[in-house]
This record gives sequence, structure tokens and C-alpha cells, in this order.
Amino acid sequence: PLCPPVGRAKSLSPEEVCDHEKQYVGFATLPNQVHRKSVKKGFDFTLMVAGESGLGKSTLVNSLFLTDLYKDRKLLNAEERINQTVEIIKHTVDIEEKGVKLKLTIVDTPGFGDAVNNTECWKPITDYIDQQFEQYFRDESGLNRKNIQDNRVHCCLYFISPFGHGLRPVDVEFMKALHEKVNIVPLIAKADCLIPSEIRKLKERIREEIDKFGIKVYQFPECDSDEDEEFKQQDRELKESAPFAVIGSNTVVEAKGQRVRGRLYPWGIVEGKHGAWEHWEEGQAGMGQR
Amino acid sequence: MEPPAVPEEEEEDEEGAVPLSMAPGPVGCQLFGYVGIEAVLDQMKIKTMKTGFEFNIMVVGQSGLGKSTMVNTLFKSKVSRKSSQPGQEERIPKTVQLQSITHVIEEKGVKMKLTVTDTPGFGDQINNENCWDPIIKYINEQYERYLREEILITRKRKIPDTRVHGCVYFVPPTGHWLRPLDLEFMRRLSKIVNVVPVIAKADTLTLEERAEFKQRIQENLKTHAISVYPQEDFDQDPEDRALNDRIRENIPFAVVGADQEHQVNGKRVLGRKTKWGIIEVENPAHCEFPLLRDLLIRSHLQDLKDITHNVHYESYRVRRLNESNQLGLSPLNGLPGKGEASSHL
Repeated sequence: PLCPPVGRAKSLSPEEVCDHEKQYVGFATLPNQVHRKSVKKGFDFTLMVAGESGLGKSTLVNSLFLTDLYKDRKLLNAEERINQTVEIIKHTVDIEEKGVKLKLTIVDTPGFGDAVNNTECWKPITDYIDQQFEQYFRDESGLNRKNIQDNRVHCCLYFISPFGHGLRPVDVEFMKALHEKVNIVPLIAKADCLIPSEIRKLKERIREEIDKFGIKVYQFPECDSDEDEEFKQQDRELKESAPFAVIGSNTVVEAKGQRVRGRLYPWGIVEGKHGAWEHWEEGQAGMGQR
Repeated sequence: MEPPAVPEEEEEDEEGAVPLSMAPGPVGCQLFGYVGIEAVLDQMKIKTMKTGFEFNIMVVGQSGLGKSTMVNTLFKSKVSRKSSQPGQEERIPKTVQLQSITHVIEEKGVKMKLTVTDTPGFGDQINNENCWDPIIKYINEQYERYLREEILITRKRKIPDTRVHGCVYFVPPTGHWLRPLDLEFMRRLSKIVNVVPVIAKADTLTLEERAEFKQRIQENLKTHAISVYPQEDFDQDPEDRALNDRIRENIPFAVVGADQEHQVNGKRVLGRKTKWGIIEVENPAHCEFPLLRDLLIRSHLQDLKDITHNVHYESYRVRRLNESNQLGLSPLNGLPGKGEASSHL
């Protein structure tokens, strides 16, 4: 019996159903059933953001999900930060779009990399991730497994400063400590301060260093060989643009008569849906498939 | 200072003259013709043009904040560490290193011996404790060198001046507050050298973000009693104070550096060509580089040197001479060697 290709669930039209009546068993609708059930159940996604403060993590999270998770945030000044260790802060938000419910948890790591001495500043983070695994493991081994809460960190966005010449020592150590525990997606933050040639150079440099230090970052899954050429091309471009150079914006500005999310500078306006931003959206789609 | 001796017999009262017994200072005189005293200014100018100036600047900040580019942009020539080692790949050194490069640049007959001291490795490690120590040591070594020359019985006519006249500190444009590292560094160094903080790579911040960031930095500096250049205590007169107050309102300057030229409205300008527009480095509406350049070169260069000599160097000298007195050594015999007296910064 014919099966529609996985990943592109097509519902059969009535004519096609009549045609295949005799041989047709009907389990081709399984993907649809799974789909319907998942939509009812809703999705859980835990995203961790890590990186030095001031790299635009909160702004990016707000741009990504077009909500304002950090409305009442108070920026800590240096005194308050001096004696702090890295904290782990969770924000959970229920988002719904076109009937699909997403329970999104953002795990923030303020204080990372901010102190004068940052030795092992990733320890609270690795401890947290291990704790979530431990909790899931216990729940899974338990008697009542009906409502297991999946708090495991599904993905970690690591923000690399665009001002350096590549990875800094603290970036390398962090990623090495975490790459075996969580999917790391490195990003180049605040990319609007770089000109295109600088972005290219920086990406190359970062890719080289990731190879050199043996860091295993998240690899987007290979697309099936029977996907159409356009999809394959998109997939290739996606993979080639890693690490993504991102720009976040919380403000809406006027550009060419339209109101868009962007950043207003004296020399021009950085709009959403432009170059680096597009790469981010593709990445988001890529992660959603996982 | 005593008033100039006036012979007792002089009883002719010139206009404005005050009787000697009540004179608080030198007696003012009216000139009744052109003497030519003002020509001394020209003479000074000619002399200094012949001898030339020395200017020593240090740039400090994490790698990648545009220090070398900024220095090249400031002096419009390739004077930075990177320009003298072309083709070398950027590697973060394991410890803070200090590298000084000296160039002689000339403009309209005025020669300047410019020394740029770079500090690669500062703030780049995982553990940055005491990464400011090599820098403090270097600055004190330059004061020591000058002091030894000064104390000699037969001194050189012109003591070579390697003392750091200004230290430009690059703050990363996070937009939040000064980081603990920034505060530690500036607190310690503003006591021994003129520190000029700047917001590096400021093209990352919109004008609003820039204003907020500056305000927070100024608050931070005030709370921690860090006095950056131009220091309030050294304003000499109300005119100076007014000029410096205006500068202080804008500290730290939000700067952008560039070493490439682009066409804008038919002119060639230094700038960065991004996807969204060209950032002109010398356009005050885009960034505050012109303010930094004016401060460091066009208006306050001599002041930076004067304060270094009259304030920072003097306090170093006082400390050292007191140390040598405590050890019972007379200054004429030379100072105790570095190994014997420990400098205690």
C-alpha cells in the first residue's frame, strides 16, 4: 500500500481513497492521528539561554516568541553582581498559535561569565541540567507515569560575543562542559554591529575553533533524499550559515511606511526579516522539527 | 613669593600701584608702549616645534573591542600593534602582555613621538583576578625611570619621557552597567594615571540605549568614587571648569573606529559599510569619535601631560622618597633598588 512520505503528512482525497479501497489498509492516516493527538496534548519545550550579560539574550527571546517575558526585569548593577554566583531562573509561558499549544520554558542563566574570576562558572548550569535528567529518570522509573513533567533542557542557545575574534576561553570551556549533555546551538549575538565581511570571517573562525576543540554542537538533521530540491537547498543554506548571526528587537519602528520590529540607528534601520534574521527563523523551524 | 623689591625713595604713584606694605603680590604696572613680551609665545612655539612632543598613550580592554583600529583612526596612520605585525593571527595570550610601539608622526612641521602601549590578554581569561597588576607595574616602572633620571646629579637636558600620559579604557557595549572587572580596573588605575573610559564598538547601541548606558556608567563611577579624566579636582579656573564640565557630561564617549574609506554624498569618509547604511566615524550624529579625538589630541593633549607630570608623577615621587627616607637612605645616594623597597600599590 502507498504511504505518503514521512514528514509531509498528506491527507488522501476521497477519489484516491476509492481507488485504493481493495488494497488499502488505512494506517497511512497514522501521522495525522499522531498529529491530532499532539495538538491536543500540546508541546513542551525547554530552551536555555546562556552567555555573558549584555549580549541581547532577553531581547532575542522576546523577539523569537513575540512576547515580553522579561517585562519587569531589573538589571543588576555591578555591586549586586560582585558576590553573585550564576543563578538559574525559569520563566514558563503558555503560547498558542492556530490551535497548537506550546508550553515554553526559558531557562535563563544570569551572572554567567560576568565576574572577574569565572572559574567553573558553568557548574551551576551543568548541575541544573543533570538534576532535570535525574528527576525525569526517577519519574520514568516510578509507578505512576501518567503525567511526567518533562523539564529536561531540550536546547541551549549559547551567545557568542560579536566583538571578539572568535571563541573566548570561557566560551570554549562552557561548550565543552555541556556538549555531551544538551543540544548546543551557538549564536553570534548583536550581529548588527558587524559588516558582512566581518560576519563571514567570524563564522569561519568560530567553525574552525569548534572543530579544533572537538566541540559537538547541534547538527540539524539531514533531510530525506526524496524531499524536493527547494527544501534541500534551504536545508543546505541553513547548515552553512551556522553559527547563526542574530539580531533581536523589542521595539517597533517605522521603515518604508511600514511598522516593523527593528532597531533605529542614525545611519539606518535594521529591520526584521532581513538576512541574518531570516537565518534565525529557519533555525527555529529546524529546531521545531526535532 | 615676595613682591619685587621697590626702592624706598620711589614716591611717584603709578596708576594702579599699591603701597608696598599692603601689596599682596607682585605689583601691577601699566605699560605705556609696546614692549614685545607677547613674542615669548612665538619663541616657545618655535622651540617646541624644534624639539618635538612626546605623547604616550595606553589602550586597555578585552580583545576584539577595536583598540588597534581606534588608535589608527585617531592618528590617521598605521601606528597600532597590529599594523606593525601584519598577517599575524589574533591569538589570546595566556597572560597580560604589554607591547609598546613608537612612531614619529609629523603634521605642519610639528613632530610628535607617539608611543602606543597595547595590553593584549587583558580581561580575556576565565579567571581575570589581578590582570591589572602587569599594567600597574608598567606604569610605575615608567615613573621610576623618570625619577632616577631626575635625581641624578648631572641630569640630561631633556629627560626622555616614557610615562603614560593617558590610558584609554574600552568598555564593552553591553548597555547594562559597568562590569566588576571594569570597576576594579578603573578604581585602581585612576589613582596613578589619567583614565579615559570609552564605550567601544558603539554602533551596537541605538541612541536611546547609548544615553541610558552612559547615565548608568556615570552613576557607577560616582558611587565608587572613581575619578576619570578630566578630574574635577584639577580644574584650574572657572573657564576650565565650564569646558571640562561639558566634557564630563558626555563621558564615556561612545566611539566607533574605522580604517576604510567609503563614498558618501560625493565625499570620501572613514566609516563602516553595513547592510543598512554607512556609519561615518567623524560624523557627530553617528558616534562620538570626534569628541574623543578632540579631547586626546586637539584640546587636552598638553593638559594630559601636565597632570601626569604635576599630579600622578609627583605623588609617586613623594611615596618613593618617603620610602627611601624610612630606610635611612639619602636621596643623593640614589634610591634603593627595586628589590629593596617594595612598592605597595
